[in-house]
Amino acid sequence: MPRHALRGATAITGLGLTPQGKVYGQSALGFAVDAVQAALDDARLARTDLDGLLVNPGLTWGDMGMGSFQLQQAMGLRDLRLSATMSLGGATASAMIQHAAQAVAAGLCTTVACVFSDAPLKPPQPKGEKQSTGAAYAFARGWEQAYGYFGVNAMYALVARRHMHLYGTTQAHLGQIAVAQRRWANLNPAAQLHDQTLTLEEYHRSRWIVEPFHLFDCCLVSNGGCAVVITSADRARGAAKPPVWIWGMGQGHLGGDPADTLTSGAVLAKEPAFRMAEVRLADVDVVELYDCYTFTVLVTLEDYGFCRKGEGGPFVAEHVTGPGAKLALNTGGGQLSSFYMWGMTPVSEAVIQLRGEGGARQAPRHDVALVSGNGGVLSTHSTLVLSRFPA
Amino acid sequence: MTTPIDKPAKPLPQVGPDMAPFFAAARRHELVVQRCAGCGTLRFPARSICSRCLARDAAWVAVSGRGTVFSFAVMHQANHPGFAAETPYAVVVIELDEGPRVLSNLVDCALADIRIGLPVEVVFDEVAPEVTLPKFRPHV
Repeated sequence: MPRHALRGATAITGLGLTPQGKVYGQSALGFAVDAVQAALDDARLARTDLDGLLVNPGLTWGDMGMGSFQLQQAMGLRDLRLSATMSLGGATASAMIQHAAQAVAAGLCTTVACVFSDAPLKPPQPKGEKQSTGAAYAFARGWEQAYGYFGVNAMYALVARRHMHLYGTTQAHLGQIAVAQRRWANLNPAAQLHDQTLTLEEYHRSRWIVEPFHLFDCCLVSNGGCAVVITSADRARGAAKPPVWIWGMGQGHLGGDPADTLTSGAVLAKEPAFRMAEVRLADVDVVELYDCYTFTVLVTLEDYGFCRKGEGGPFVAEHVTGPGAKLALNTGGGQLSSFYMWGMTPVSEAVIQLRGEGGARQAPRHDVALVSGNGGVLSTHSTLVLSRFPA
Repeated sequence: MTTPIDKPAKPLPQVGPDMAPFFAAARRHELVVQRCAGCGTLRFPARSICSRCLARDAAWVAVSGRGTVFSFAVMHQANHPGFAAETPYAVVVIELDEGPRVLSNLVDCALADIRIGLPVEVVFDEVAPEVTLPKFRPHV
């Protein structure tokens, strides 16, 4: 079978990550500027080298229309040949990279920055006033607020409860994911919870947010930005840092009610991605799955075929144990324990691992990485298969 | 000096024109869902377009008010002060016998007794002079 034209046609040559978490004094736009500049610095490129810009605006971009144009103007970028503001929730980051790769491979542009940023956390208030939290994510929804139905946590909790009911998934299964990812974060100096250990007992004792989710089942909320630079194979061969080659890509947006399927779009996205990449699941060394909740990781593992549907709980119990496990999963701590840059969190960690820049958390085998993005309530999904080898 | 402290009220439903018939029916102690004029599919909550046949027209029709708990989430954070006094409380999704699913609360049911599959029937909670909320209670 002939090789897919997109396999190895492009690479990620720059990664830019701003300080993450309770970092104040910057707007979302400011974080985006810093992240893109950091990615350019990482790739040893200048702003004038960019001819494409894709933006995933976080919540606090608000109504800012034409976000990619606003960022272009903020950075003084000229003569772009690709520009778009994309909104697939947590699936956006990997989807942006796909569109960038397609445009570069088609010869429409040469060097594209893809960026996410947000600034939902506000500085602590004086005089003991209530400190800001992730309240931006506690959407009140029209008539439903009369029933006390607030926020994404509750939406996911309803779906997770179904999974527990149908398949016998337990609180300890969810907790094990939280604990394993914290152990990875303890090895990641850039993780917001780098200095805080977590045991399964502490997980069970932690406060409930929306049952069946404890505090540590839920992702962090972070201020910050994260960007990558995508360029052509020709240009990547001369890059300053080891290129991270894009081997495969796919998307899957199932539609309907996730409470019925208990399934992410990975079931659709994986097939084209793995076929394009010419790899099987067994060839993947590093797995970076979108983890807005522990539950999301469990479902996504099922949907990529690490185990059968419904067997995520027992699979996690055996294989998701953190550093040293055969399965190198969410090796930076993920959004549960490192930082919440939506789909850019798993992308950034895959780049770090494939480059071999993981330090104490470096996976020993790091030839091929699988990255997932997930938006809404299992509503949108994107897949990348990346490698440190061009072919 | 002491100041009388009113118990904060729960938020009332923000009802747009699409959902107004549902709450109007609730005041009459009727539980209604939408029925597509094109294909007859029952649906909830209100939609302006049938996702099955794309018809725009729909009627609101009464249903039995019987169903089972499809899923539930126990809210441990009072995202609105009106819920603080009863936190933790459960938000439930009821699968009606007629098919559609309705977001609601249970009454006369302890948190520990909520389970998926629990048979329930509708009750009407008159939370304000002009506002009645359909809720559900275990059906023996």
